[in-house]
Amino acid sequence: MNLYEIVFYFFAIVTVGSAAVVVFSRNIIYSAFSLLFTFFGVAGLYVLLNADFLAVTQLLIYVGGILVLLLFGVMLTSNTISVELKTGTLHILPATILVALLVGLLTATFWTADWFMSKRASDIAAQTTSKEIGDALVTTHLLPFEIASIILLVAIVGAAMMARRENPKSQIPI
Amino acid sequence: MQAYIPIFLMIGVGLFLGITFLTLQRFLGPHRPNPEKLSTYESGMPPVRTARERFSVKYYMVAVLFILFDIEVIFLYPWAVNFRALGVFGYIEMILFILILLIGYIYILKKGALQWD
Repeated sequence: MNLYEIVFYFFAIVTVGSAAVVVFSRNIIYSAFSLLFTFFGVAGLYVLLNADFLAVTQLLIYVGGILVLLLFGVMLTSNTISVELKTGTLHILPATILVALLVGLLTATFWTADWFMSKRASDIAAQTTSKEIGDALVTTHLLPFEIASIILLVAIVGAAMMARRENPKSQIPI
Repeated sequence: MQAYIPIFLMIGVGLFLGITFLTLQRFLGPHRPNPEKLSTYESGMPPVRTARERFSVKYYMVAVLFILFDIEVIFLYPWAVNFRALGVFGYIEMILFILILLIGYIYILKKGALQWD
């Protein structure tokens, strides 16, 4: 086992192990917190795949943002913290069929996919994606980039609209 | 991959220190708990009520807005990596991008969504 494999298995174990805790934990707070490690492990796997921009996005958006939102969602709901989740086994037959189909699909994809295999690790190690993405954003993909800001603006306006009903008293001069 | 070795080392050292200190104190330190020691530390005052209460929905608004501006940072990051190469044109583009989002920020302020009342 070389260093690459050790690091890969470390992140794989972190991801799968914490994902198992998310599913099997009876305490929803434990589930939410162990989702942190799942996201973190996935970010590590992205780094190993030389997708450094994706890894940073994963850390900033999912670990930093989505998870906080999720935790708030849990904390805003009444009684979810103290109440134990009911985890029972229901609908065994449909579940088995669905899971078997999913496993079949994933296995078929795994065997038929044309995986990219580099002869030498240094072939891909030298590249970083962030630079090229940044380059493409302001040259060839300029319009989508600016449209993204419009979409974000719409999302901000929508969030502000949802949060607060029209109330003249709350308006402040800036 | 080579460039990430410092990060992996950092993770390794962090995990090692955290785990070592937590296990060492178990074996080295005296363990004589009493109710006073086990109670929650709340700025030196006796804690009031439980910590597991419903949180105000106002926090959620802040979290939502945080994510939206977090996504803005994601767009800034690849641009900042080769800021020099992109030159003035890239700079103007990014200013335009931020200005559009600034409109949203001003809207939030005007709307009073960040007001804590």
